[in-house]
Amino acid sequence: MACTGQSVFAGTDEISSEAEGKDLKTEISDYIQHHLKDSHDFSLFSYSDDQNITHHVGLPLPVILWDNGLVLFSSSKLHHGESVAEAGGNYYKAYHGKIYKTDSEGTINYDESHHPTNIKPVDFSITKSVVMILITGFLMFLLFRSLAVSYSKNNNIAKGVGRFFEPIILYIRDDIAIATIGEKRYRKYMPFLLTIFFFVWFLNMFGMTPLGVNVTGNIAITTALAILTFLLTNFTGTSDYWKHLFDPLGDSMPWIAKIPLYIILVPIELLGLIIKPFSLLIRLYANMQAGHIVIMSLIGLMFIFKNWIGSTLSFGLAFAISIIEILVAVLQAYIFTMLSALYFGFASEEHEHAEAH
Amino acid sequence: MEKLIEDFSVGLFFWQTLLFIALVLLLWRYAWKPILNAVNDREEGIKNALAAAEDAKKEMQNVTADSEKLLKEARAERELMMKEAREIKEKIVSEAKEQAQVEGDKLIKQAQATIESEKKAAVTDIKNQVAELSVDIAEKIIKEQLANKDKQLKLVDNMLNDIKLD
Repeated sequence: MACTGQSVFAGTDEISSEAEGKDLKTEISDYIQHHLKDSHDFSLFSYSDDQNITHHVGLPLPVILWDNGLVLFSSSKLHHGESVAEAGGNYYKAYHGKIYKTDSEGTINYDESHHPTNIKPVDFSITKSVVMILITGFLMFLLFRSLAVSYSKNNNIAKGVGRFFEPIILYIRDDIAIATIGEKRYRKYMPFLLTIFFFVWFLNMFGMTPLGVNVTGNIAITTALAILTFLLTNFTGTSDYWKHLFDPLGDSMPWIAKIPLYIILVPIELLGLIIKPFSLLIRLYANMQAGHIVIMSLIGLMFIFKNWIGSTLSFGLAFAISIIEILVAVLQAYIFTMLSALYFGFASEEHEHAEAH
Repeated sequence: MEKLIEDFSVGLFFWQTLLFIALVLLLWRYAWKPILNAVNDREEGIKNALAAAEDAKKEMQNVTADSEKLLKEARAERELMMKEAREIKEKIVSEAKEQAQVEGDKLIKQAQATIESEKKAAVTDIKNQVAELSVDIAEKIIKEQLANKDKQLKLVDNMLNDIKLD
Protein backbone atom coordinates (compact mmCIF):
# COMPACT_ATOMS: atom_id res chain seq x y z
CA MET A 1 0.00 0.00 0.00
CA ALA A 2 2.82 2.33 0.91
CA CYS A 3 4.37 1.97 -2.54
CA THR A 4 1.10 2.64 -4.32
CA GLY A 5 0.51 5.64 -2.15
CA GLN A 6 3.93 7.15 -2.65
CA SER A 7 4.06 6.74 -6.38
CA VAL A 8 0.60 8.12 -6.86
CA PHE A 9 1.03 10.98 -4.47
CA ALA A 10 4.39 11.80 -5.97
CA GLY A 11 2.65 12.05 -9.33
CA THR A 12 -0.26 14.07 -8.11
CA ASP A 13 2.06 16.30 -6.19
CA GLU A 14 3.72 17.40 -9.40
CA ILE A 15 0.39 18.01 -11.05
CA SER A 16 -0.79 20.13 -8.19
CA SER A 17 2.32 22.26 -8.18
CA GLU A 18 2.04 22.74 -11.95
CA ALA A 19 -1.68 23.13 -12.23
CA GLU A 20 -2.09 25.40 -9.28
CA GLY A 21 -5.33 25.40 -7.43
CA LYS A 22 -5.78 21.65 -7.39
CA ASP A 23 -5.90 20.90 -3.72
CA LEU A 24 -3.53 18.17 -2.52
CA LYS A 25 -5.77 17.33 0.41
CA THR A 26 -8.77 16.70 -1.81
CA GLU A 27 -6.54 14.71 -4.10
CA ILE A 28 -5.43 12.47 -1.24
CA SER A 29 -8.95 12.15 0.09
CA ASP A 30 -10.17 11.13 -3.36
CA TYR A 31 -7.34 8.66 -3.66
CA ILE A 32 -8.24 7.07 -0.32
CA GLN A 33 -11.90 6.90 -1.32
CA HIS A 34 -10.86 5.32 -4.58
CA HIS A 35 -8.64 2.81 -2.86
CA LEU A 36 -11.32 1.71 -0.41
CA LYS A 37 -13.61 0.79 -3.29
CA ASP A 38 -13.40 -2.26 -5.43
CA SER A 39 -12.03 -1.67 -8.91
CA HIS A 40 -12.53 -3.22 -12.29
CA ASP A 41 -8.84 -3.67 -12.98
CA PHE A 42 -5.90 -4.86 -10.90
CA SER A 43 -3.91 -1.66 -10.81
CA LEU A 44 -0.48 -1.76 -9.24
CA PHE A 45 0.43 1.93 -9.51
CA SER A 46 -0.09 4.93 -11.73
CA TYR A 47 2.06 7.89 -12.69
CA SER A 48 1.91 11.05 -14.75
CA ASP A 49 4.30 11.67 -17.60
CA ASP A 50 5.69 14.96 -18.88
CA GLN A 51 2.56 15.66 -20.89
CA ASN A 52 0.59 15.41 -17.65
CA ILE A 53 -1.14 12.25 -18.84
CA THR A 54 -1.81 9.72 -16.11
CA HIS A 55 -0.61 6.20 -16.88
CA HIS A 56 -1.98 3.21 -14.98
CA VAL A 57 0.14 0.12 -14.58
CA GLY A 58 -1.76 -3.05 -13.81
CA LEU A 59 -3.77 -5.91 -15.22
CA PRO A 60 -7.09 -5.47 -16.96
CA LEU A 61 -9.84 -7.77 -15.67
CA PRO A 62 -12.96 -9.08 -17.37
CA VAL A 63 -16.11 -7.04 -16.99
CA ILE A 64 -19.27 -9.12 -16.88
CA LEU A 65 -22.60 -7.31 -16.98
CA TRP A 66 -26.18 -8.48 -17.05
CA ASP A 67 -28.00 -6.03 -19.28
CA ASN A 68 -30.87 -8.01 -20.85
CA GLY A 69 -28.27 -10.63 -21.65
CA LEU A 70 -24.70 -11.29 -20.77
CA VAL A 71 -22.21 -8.57 -21.73
CA LEU A 72 -18.54 -9.32 -21.49
CA PHE A 73 -15.55 -7.11 -22.25
CA SER A 74 -12.13 -6.27 -20.86
CA SER A 75 -11.81 -3.55 -18.28
CA SER A 76 -9.02 -2.00 -20.37
CA LYS A 77 -11.81 -0.61 -22.56
CA LEU A 78 -13.05 1.52 -19.68
CA HIS A 79 -9.66 3.21 -19.18
CA HIS A 80 -10.29 3.84 -15.52
CA GLY A 81 -13.47 5.70 -16.19
CA GLU A 82 -11.84 7.91 -18.78
CA SER A 83 -13.44 6.44 -21.89
CA VAL A 84 -16.64 4.82 -23.03
CA ALA A 85 -16.64 1.07 -23.61
CA GLU A 86 -18.71 -0.36 -26.41
CA ALA A 87 -20.02 -3.90 -26.15
CA GLY A 88 -22.92 -5.57 -27.95
CA GLY A 89 -24.14 -2.29 -29.36
CA ASN A 90 -24.42 -0.70 -25.93
CA TYR A 91 -22.13 1.87 -24.34
CA TYR A 92 -20.86 1.73 -20.79
CA LYS A 93 -18.88 4.09 -18.65
CA ALA A 94 -17.36 3.70 -15.22
CA TYR A 95 -18.08 6.44 -12.73
CA HIS A 96 -16.74 6.20 -9.17
CA GLY A 97 -16.14 2.48 -9.52
CA LYS A 98 -19.62 1.72 -10.85
CA ILE A 99 -20.50 0.94 -14.42
CA TYR A 100 -23.40 2.88 -15.98
CA LYS A 101 -25.13 2.47 -19.30
CA THR A 102 -24.61 5.57 -21.40
CA ASP A 103 -24.97 6.82 -24.91
CA SER A 104 -22.04 6.72 -27.32
CA GLU A 105 -20.79 10.04 -25.94
CA GLY A 106 -20.62 8.70 -22.41
CA THR A 107 -22.89 11.37 -20.91
CA ILE A 108 -23.93 10.74 -17.38
CA ASN A 109 -27.00 12.54 -16.07
CA TYR A 110 -27.18 13.55 -12.46
CA ASP A 111 -30.05 14.20 -10.12
CA GLU A 112 -30.12 17.15 -7.74
CA SER A 113 -27.93 15.42 -5.13
CA HIS A 114 -25.33 14.65 -7.80
CA HIS A 115 -26.20 10.95 -8.12
CA PRO A 116 -26.10 9.45 -11.61
CA THR A 117 -29.55 8.63 -12.97
CA ASN A 118 -28.25 6.38 -15.75
CA ILE A 119 -29.25 2.72 -15.84
CA LYS A 120 -26.91 0.60 -13.79
CA PRO A 121 -26.63 -2.95 -15.20
CA VAL A 122 -26.03 -5.72 -12.67
CA ASP A 123 -22.29 -6.02 -12.42
CA PHE A 124 -20.86 -9.52 -12.13
CA SER A 125 -17.35 -8.45 -13.10
CA ILE A 126 -14.30 -10.28 -11.96
CA THR A 127 -13.06 -7.30 -10.01
CA LYS A 128 -9.86 -6.82 -8.05
CA SER A 129 -11.59 -8.16 -4.93
CA VAL A 130 -12.80 -11.25 -6.77
CA VAL A 131 -9.25 -11.84 -7.99
CA MET A 132 -7.96 -11.52 -4.44
CA ILE A 133 -10.63 -13.93 -3.22
CA LEU A 134 -9.54 -16.40 -5.88
CA ILE A 135 -5.86 -15.95 -5.01
CA THR A 136 -6.58 -16.33 -1.30
CA GLY A 137 -8.72 -19.40 -1.90
CA PHE A 138 -6.03 -20.91 -4.07
CA LEU A 139 -3.36 -20.14 -1.49
CA MET A 140 -5.46 -21.62 1.31
CA PHE A 141 -6.11 -24.72 -0.70
CA LEU A 142 -2.42 -25.22 -1.45
CA LEU A 143 -1.42 -24.52 2.13
CA PHE A 144 -3.89 -26.74 3.91
CA ARG A 145 -3.83 -29.45 1.28
CA SER A 146 -0.06 -29.69 1.77
CA LEU A 147 -0.62 -29.85 5.52
CA ALA A 148 -3.17 -32.63 5.07
CA VAL A 149 -0.80 -34.53 2.80
CA SER A 150 2.14 -34.05 5.15
CA TYR A 151 0.16 -35.81 7.87
CA SER A 152 -0.39 -38.94 5.85
CA LYS A 153 3.20 -38.91 4.61
CA ASN A 154 4.84 -38.15 7.89
CA ASN A 155 3.10 -40.40 10.37
CA ASN A 156 0.54 -37.83 11.58
CA ILE A 157 3.12 -35.14 12.24
CA ALA A 158 2.89 -31.81 10.43
CA LYS A 159 5.81 -30.77 8.28
CA GLY A 160 6.99 -27.48 6.88
CA VAL A 161 4.71 -24.44 7.02
CA GLY A 162 1.92 -26.62 8.41
CA ARG A 163 3.78 -26.63 11.71
CA PHE A 164 2.89 -22.97 12.04
CA PHE A 165 -0.75 -23.44 11.11
CA GLU A 166 -1.45 -26.63 13.01
CA PRO A 167 -1.53 -24.97 16.45
CA ILE A 168 -3.90 -22.34 15.06
CA ILE A 169 -6.21 -25.04 13.72
CA LEU A 170 -6.06 -26.77 17.10
CA TYR A 171 -6.75 -23.49 18.85
CA ILE A 172 -9.84 -22.93 16.73
CA ARG A 173 -10.97 -26.47 17.42
CA ASP A 174 -10.30 -26.50 21.17
CA ASP A 175 -10.80 -22.93 22.32
CA ILE A 176 -13.36 -21.70 19.84
CA ALA A 177 -15.42 -24.61 18.53
CA ILE A 178 -15.38 -27.04 21.45
CA ALA A 179 -15.52 -24.25 24.04
CA THR A 180 -18.61 -22.61 22.56
CA ILE A 181 -20.43 -25.39 20.70
CA GLY A 182 -19.52 -28.33 22.84
CA GLU A 183 -17.74 -31.63 22.38
CA LYS A 184 -20.77 -33.33 20.89
CA ARG A 185 -21.74 -31.12 17.99
CA TYR A 186 -18.70 -29.00 17.12
CA ARG A 187 -17.55 -31.28 14.34
CA LYS A 188 -20.00 -30.22 11.64
CA TYR A 189 -19.16 -26.54 12.10
CA MET A 190 -15.41 -27.00 11.92
CA PRO A 191 -15.01 -26.65 8.11
CA PHE A 192 -16.90 -23.36 8.14
CA LEU A 193 -15.11 -21.96 11.20
CA LEU A 194 -11.64 -22.90 9.96
CA THR A 195 -12.30 -21.60 6.47
CA ILE A 196 -13.78 -18.32 7.66
CA PHE A 197 -10.96 -17.70 10.13
CA PHE A 198 -8.16 -18.21 7.64
CA PHE A 199 -10.08 -16.55 4.83
CA VAL A 200 -10.69 -13.37 6.81
CA TRP A 201 -7.22 -13.39 8.32
CA PHE A 202 -5.43 -13.87 5.01
CA LEU A 203 -7.52 -11.24 3.26
CA ASN A 204 -6.93 -8.81 6.13
CA MET A 205 -3.21 -9.46 5.80
CA PHE A 206 -3.34 -8.97 2.03
CA GLY A 207 -4.94 -5.64 2.77
CA MET A 208 -1.75 -4.69 4.59
CA THR A 209 0.42 -5.37 1.57
CA PRO A 210 1.32 -2.73 -1.02
CA LEU A 211 -1.16 -4.45 -3.35
CA GLY A 212 -3.65 -2.33 -1.51
CA VAL A 213 -6.66 -4.58 -1.69
CA ASN A 214 -9.45 -3.82 0.69
CA VAL A 215 -11.51 -6.97 0.41
CA THR A 216 -12.64 -7.55 3.99
CA GLY A 217 -13.34 -3.85 4.29
CA ASN A 218 -15.99 -4.20 1.62
CA ILE A 219 -19.58 -4.35 2.77
CA ALA A 220 -20.59 -6.93 0.14
CA ILE A 221 -17.92 -9.35 1.34
CA THR A 222 -18.77 -9.07 5.03
CA THR A 223 -22.48 -9.28 4.22
CA ALA A 224 -21.93 -12.51 2.31
CA LEU A 225 -19.96 -14.00 5.19
CA ALA A 226 -22.48 -12.87 7.80
CA ILE A 227 -25.38 -14.26 5.77
CA LEU A 228 -23.63 -17.61 5.56
CA THR A 229 -23.22 -17.60 9.34
CA PHE A 230 -26.89 -16.64 9.69
CA LEU A 231 -28.07 -19.41 7.38
CA LEU A 232 -25.84 -22.02 8.98
CA THR A 233 -27.02 -20.97 12.45
CA ASN A 234 -30.69 -21.27 11.60
CA PHE A 235 -30.53 -24.33 9.39
CA THR A 236 -28.64 -26.32 12.01
CA GLY A 237 -30.74 -24.99 14.89
CA THR A 238 -32.20 -27.65 17.16
CA SER A 239 -35.83 -27.75 18.22
CA ASP A 240 -34.74 -26.31 21.56
CA TYR A 241 -33.28 -23.32 19.76
CA TRP A 242 -36.54 -22.62 17.94
CA LYS A 243 -38.56 -23.27 21.03
CA HIS A 244 -36.41 -20.77 22.90
CA LEU A 245 -36.92 -18.27 20.10
CA PHE A 246 -40.71 -18.40 20.08
CA ASP A 247 -41.28 -19.46 23.66
CA PRO A 248 -38.44 -17.86 25.63
CA LEU A 249 -40.12 -18.21 29.01
CA GLY A 250 -40.85 -21.91 28.58
CA ASP A 251 -43.12 -23.54 31.13
CA SER A 252 -42.35 -21.04 33.86
CA MET A 253 -45.78 -19.38 33.63
CA PRO A 254 -49.27 -20.14 32.25
CA TRP A 255 -49.82 -19.45 28.55
CA ILE A 256 -52.41 -16.76 29.16
CA ALA A 257 -49.89 -14.69 31.11
CA LYS A 258 -47.30 -15.15 28.41
CA ILE A 259 -49.35 -13.63 25.61
CA PRO A 260 -48.89 -9.94 26.53
CA LEU A 261 -45.19 -10.54 27.25
CA TYR A 262 -44.64 -12.34 24.00
CA ILE A 263 -46.09 -9.50 21.98
CA ILE A 264 -42.88 -7.72 22.98
CA LEU A 265 -40.49 -10.62 23.57
CA VAL A 266 -40.88 -12.59 20.38
CA PRO A 267 -40.26 -9.62 18.06
CA ILE A 268 -37.16 -8.82 20.13
CA GLU A 269 -35.93 -12.38 19.80
CA LEU A 270 -36.59 -12.32 16.06
CA LEU A 271 -34.84 -8.99 15.77
CA GLY A 272 -31.91 -10.46 17.67
CA LEU A 273 -31.72 -13.13 15.01
CA ILE A 274 -31.01 -10.45 12.40
CA ILE A 275 -28.95 -8.18 14.63
CA LYS A 276 -26.41 -10.88 15.43
CA PRO A 277 -25.14 -11.37 11.86
CA PHE A 278 -25.62 -7.66 11.18
CA SER A 279 -23.23 -6.82 14.00
CA LEU A 280 -20.80 -9.33 12.51
CA LEU A 281 -20.82 -7.72 9.10
CA ILE A 282 -20.62 -4.15 10.36
CA ARG A 283 -17.83 -4.94 12.83
CA LEU A 284 -15.52 -6.52 10.28
CA TYR A 285 -16.34 -3.94 7.61
CA ALA A 286 -15.88 -0.94 9.89
CA ASN A 287 -12.67 -2.21 11.46
CA MET A 288 -10.94 -2.96 8.20
CA GLN A 289 -12.26 0.15 6.50
CA ALA A 290 -11.14 2.34 9.40
CA GLY A 291 -7.71 0.72 9.50
CA HIS A 292 -7.17 1.41 5.82
CA ILE A 293 -8.39 4.99 6.11
CA VAL A 294 -6.12 5.70 9.08
CA ILE A 295 -3.00 4.24 7.50
CA MET A 296 -3.59 5.88 4.15
CA SER A 297 -4.34 9.22 5.79
CA LEU A 298 -1.11 9.03 7.76
CA ILE A 299 0.82 8.18 4.61
CA GLY A 300 -0.93 11.07 2.90
CA LEU A 301 0.10 13.38 5.75
CA MET A 302 3.74 12.82 4.83
CA PHE A 303 3.09 14.53 1.50
CA ILE A 304 1.02 17.28 3.05
CA PHE A 305 3.65 18.15 5.67
CA LYS A 306 6.55 18.03 3.21
CA ASN A 307 9.07 18.75 5.93
CA TRP A 308 11.49 16.60 7.89
CA ILE A 309 9.77 16.66 11.24
CA GLY A 310 6.14 16.31 10.21
CA SER A 311 6.74 13.69 7.58
CA THR A 312 9.02 11.67 9.86
CA LEU A 313 6.41 11.77 12.58
CA SER A 314 3.72 10.71 10.13
CA PHE A 315 5.92 7.90 8.95
CA GLY A 316 6.52 6.72 12.52
CA LEU A 317 2.82 6.88 13.26
CA ALA A 318 1.91 5.06 10.05
CA PHE A 319 4.44 2.38 10.92
CA ALA A 320 3.03 1.97 14.44
CA ILE A 321 -0.54 1.84 13.15
CA SER A 322 0.51 -0.73 10.53
CA ILE A 323 1.79 -2.98 13.28
CA ILE A 324 -1.44 -2.51 15.20
CA GLU A 325 -3.35 -3.29 12.00
CA ILE A 326 -1.48 -6.58 11.68
CA LEU A 327 -2.82 -7.43 15.13
CA VAL A 328 -6.27 -6.16 14.18
CA ALA A 329 -6.16 -8.41 11.11
CA VAL A 330 -5.89 -11.55 13.22
CA LEU A 331 -8.11 -10.14 15.97
CA GLN A 332 -10.99 -9.42 13.59
CA ALA A 333 -10.67 -12.86 12.05
CA TYR A 334 -10.74 -14.31 15.56
CA ILE A 335 -13.76 -12.25 16.59
CA PHE A 336 -15.71 -13.18 13.48
CA THR A 337 -14.94 -16.86 14.00
CA MET A 338 -15.57 -16.71 17.74
CA LEU A 339 -18.94 -14.99 17.38
CA SER A 340 -20.03 -17.31 14.58
CA ALA A 341 -19.14 -20.24 16.80
CA LEU A 342 -21.06 -18.64 19.66
CA TYR A 343 -24.16 -18.31 17.49
CA PHE A 344 -23.76 -21.91 16.34
CA GLY A 345 -23.44 -22.85 19.99
CA PHE A 346 -26.76 -21.18 20.80
CA ALA A 347 -28.42 -22.87 17.84
CA SER A 348 -27.19 -26.34 18.66
CA GLU A 349 -27.78 -26.27 22.38
CA GLU A 350 -30.09 -29.05 23.41
CA HIS A 351 -30.96 -28.46 27.03
CA GLU A 352 -32.89 -25.55 28.48
CA HIS A 353 -30.73 -22.61 29.39
CA ALA A 354 -31.63 -19.46 31.20
CA GLU A 355 -28.63 -17.29 30.38
CA ALA A 356 -28.77 -17.51 26.60
CA HIS A 357 -28.86 -13.79 25.99
CA MET B 1 -26.24 3.92 5.76
CA GLU B 2 -27.12 5.29 2.34
CA LYS B 3 -23.45 5.17 1.44
CA LEU B 4 -23.24 1.59 2.61
CA ILE B 5 -26.15 0.56 0.42
CA GLU B 6 -24.70 2.50 -2.48
CA ASP B 7 -21.33 0.80 -1.96
CA PHE B 8 -22.94 -2.61 -1.88
CA SER B 9 -22.02 -4.48 -5.03
CA VAL B 10 -24.36 -7.31 -5.94
CA GLY B 11 -21.76 -8.86 -8.22
CA LEU B 12 -19.11 -8.94 -5.55
CA PHE B 13 -21.64 -10.37 -3.11
CA PHE B 14 -22.51 -13.06 -5.63
CA TRP B 15 -18.89 -14.00 -6.32
CA GLN B 16 -17.95 -13.92 -2.64
CA THR B 17 -20.83 -16.22 -1.68
CA LEU B 18 -20.17 -18.61 -4.54
CA LEU B 19 -16.40 -18.71 -4.09
CA PHE B 20 -16.56 -18.95 -0.33
CA ILE B 21 -19.00 -21.86 -0.37
CA ALA B 22 -16.83 -23.56 -2.99
CA LEU B 23 -13.78 -22.92 -0.83
CA VAL B 24 -15.46 -24.33 2.28
CA LEU B 25 -16.53 -27.46 0.42
CA LEU B 26 -13.16 -27.94 -1.26
CA LEU B 27 -11.19 -27.42 1.92
CA TRP B 28 -13.62 -29.59 3.85
CA ARG B 29 -13.08 -32.48 1.49
CA TYR B 30 -9.37 -32.09 0.80
CA ALA B 31 -7.93 -30.33 3.84
CA TRP B 32 -9.96 -29.96 7.01
CA LYS B 33 -11.23 -33.51 7.09
CA PRO B 34 -7.84 -35.19 6.67
CA ILE B 35 -6.17 -32.64 8.95
CA LEU B 36 -8.69 -33.02 11.76
CA ASN B 37 -8.72 -36.77 11.36
CA ALA B 38 -4.94 -36.92 11.48
CA VAL B 39 -4.83 -34.68 14.53
CA ASN B 40 -7.54 -36.74 16.21
CA ASP B 41 -5.75 -39.96 15.39
CA ARG B 42 -2.56 -38.56 16.77
CA GLU B 43 -4.26 -37.42 19.95
CA GLU B 44 -5.92 -40.80 20.33
CA GLY B 45 -2.53 -42.40 19.77
CA ILE B 46 -0.93 -40.23 22.41
CA LYS B 47 -3.76 -40.93 24.80
CA ASN B 48 -3.51 -44.66 24.21
CA ALA B 49 0.26 -44.59 24.54
CA LEU B 50 -0.02 -42.74 27.82
CA ALA B 51 -2.63 -45.16 29.07
CA ALA B 52 -0.44 -48.07 28.00
CA ALA B 53 2.55 -46.55 29.78
CA GLU B 54 0.43 -46.08 32.88
CA ASP B 55 -0.72 -49.68 32.66
CA ALA B 56 2.84 -50.87 32.21
CA LYS B 57 3.87 -48.84 35.24
CA LYS B 58 1.10 -50.39 37.28
CA GLU B 59 2.02 -53.84 36.02
CA MET B 60 5.62 -53.16 36.93
CA GLN B 61 4.58 -52.06 40.39
CA ASN B 62 2.48 -55.18 40.72
CA VAL B 63 5.40 -57.33 39.66
CA THR B 64 7.69 -55.61 42.11
CA ALA B 65 5.16 -55.96 44.86
CA ASP B 66 4.68 -59.61 43.95
CA SER B 67 8.37 -60.34 43.96
CA GLU B 68 8.77 -58.54 47.24
CA LYS B 69 5.94 -60.55 48.65
CA LEU B 70 7.52 -63.73 47.37
CA LEU B 71 10.84 -62.74 48.86
CA LYS B 72 9.24 -62.02 52.19
CA GLU B 73 7.42 -65.31 52.09
CA ALA B 74 10.59 -67.14 51.22
CA ARG B 75 12.41 -65.44 54.06
CA ALA B 76 9.64 -66.29 56.47
CA GLU B 77 9.65 -69.86 55.28
CA ARG B 78 13.38 -70.12 55.66
CA GLU B 79 13.16 -68.80 59.19
CA LEU B 80 10.42 -71.21 59.97
CA MET B 81 12.45 -74.06 58.58
CA MET B 82 15.50 -73.00 60.53
CA LYS B 83 13.45 -72.78 63.65
CA GLU B 84 12.00 -76.18 63.08
CA ALA B 85 15.42 -77.62 62.38
CA ARG B 86 16.74 -76.10 65.57
CA GLU B 87 13.86 -77.53 67.48
CA ILE B 88 14.35 -80.94 65.93
CA LYS B 89 18.03 -80.80 66.71
CA GLU B 90 17.37 -79.87 70.29
CA LYS B 91 14.79 -82.55 70.58
CA ILE B 92 17.11 -85.16 69.12
CA VAL B 93 19.94 -84.09 71.38
CA SER B 94 17.77 -84.09 74.44
CA GLU B 95 16.26 -87.41 73.54
CA ALA B 96 19.72 -88.85 72.99
CA LYS B 97 20.82 -87.50 76.29
CA GLU B 98 17.85 -88.97 78.03
CA GLN B 99 18.35 -92.30 76.39
CA ALA B 100 22.00 -92.26 77.29
CA GLN B 101 21.10 -91.48 80.85
CA VAL B 102 18.63 -94.27 80.99
CA GLU B 103 21.06 -96.68 79.38
CA GLY B 104 23.83 -95.60 81.69
CA ASP B 105 21.65 -95.98 84.73
CA LYS B 106 20.67 -99.41 83.58
CA LEU B 107 24.30 -100.38 83.02
CA ILE B 108 25.29 -99.04 86.39
CA LYS B 109 22.49 -100.92 88.06
CA GLN B 110 23.45 -104.13 86.31
CA ALA B 111 27.07 -103.56 87.25
CA GLN B 112 26.09 -102.93 90.84
CA ALA B 113 23.94 -106.04 90.90
CA THR B 114 26.76 -108.10 89.41
CA ILE B 115 29.22 -106.64 91.87
CA GLU B 116 26.81 -107.40 94.72
CA SER B 117 26.30 -110.96 93.65
CA GLU B 118 30.03 -111.46 93.04
CA LYS B 119 30.70 -110.01 96.42
CA LYS B 120 28.19 -112.36 98.04
CA ALA B 121 29.65 -115.29 96.20
CA ALA B 122 33.13 -114.28 97.24
CA VAL B 123 32.05 -113.80 100.84
CA THR B 124 30.31 -117.16 100.84
CA ASP B 125 33.37 -118.79 99.36
CA ILE B 126 35.62 -117.15 101.88
CA LYS B 127 33.25 -118.24 104.64
CA ASN B 128 33.26 -121.74 103.37
CA GLN B 129 37.00 -121.81 103.08
CA VAL B 130 37.38 -120.27 106.53
CA ALA B 131 34.99 -122.84 107.95
CA GLU B 132 36.86 -125.68 106.28
CA LEU B 133 40.17 -124.30 107.44
CA SER B 134 38.77 -123.81 110.93
CA VAL B 135 37.42 -127.31 110.94
CA ASP B 136 40.78 -128.61 109.65
CA ILE B 137 42.64 -126.61 112.27
CA ALA B 138 40.22 -127.66 114.93
CA GLU B 139 40.54 -131.27 113.88
CA LYS B 140 44.30 -131.06 114.03
CA ILE B 141 44.19 -129.26 117.38
CA ILE B 142 41.67 -131.71 118.76
CA LYS B 143 43.64 -134.66 117.44
CA GLU B 144 46.74 -133.32 119.14
CA GLN B 145 44.98 -132.50 122.39
CA LEU B 146 43.13 -135.74 122.55
CA ALA B 147 46.30 -137.57 122.47
CA ASN B 148 46.44 -137.59 126.29
CA LYS B 149 43.62 -138.33 128.58
CA ASP B 150 43.72 -135.31 130.81
CA LYS B 151 43.44 -132.96 128.13
CA GLN B 152 40.42 -134.76 126.65
CA LEU B 153 38.65 -134.53 129.90
CA LYS B 154 39.50 -130.93 130.44
CA LEU B 155 38.09 -130.23 126.98
CA VAL B 156 34.90 -131.96 127.73
CA ASP B 157 34.66 -129.89 130.84
CA ASN B 158 35.27 -126.63 129.03
CA MET B 159 32.73 -127.52 126.48
CA LEU B 160 30.24 -128.39 129.00
CA ASN B 161 30.91 -125.15 130.75
CA ASP B 162 30.37 -123.23 127.57
CA ILE B 163 27.11 -124.92 126.93
CA LYS B 164 25.99 -124.18 130.46
CA LEU B 165 26.86 -120.57 129.96
CA ASP B 166 24.86 -120.38 126.75
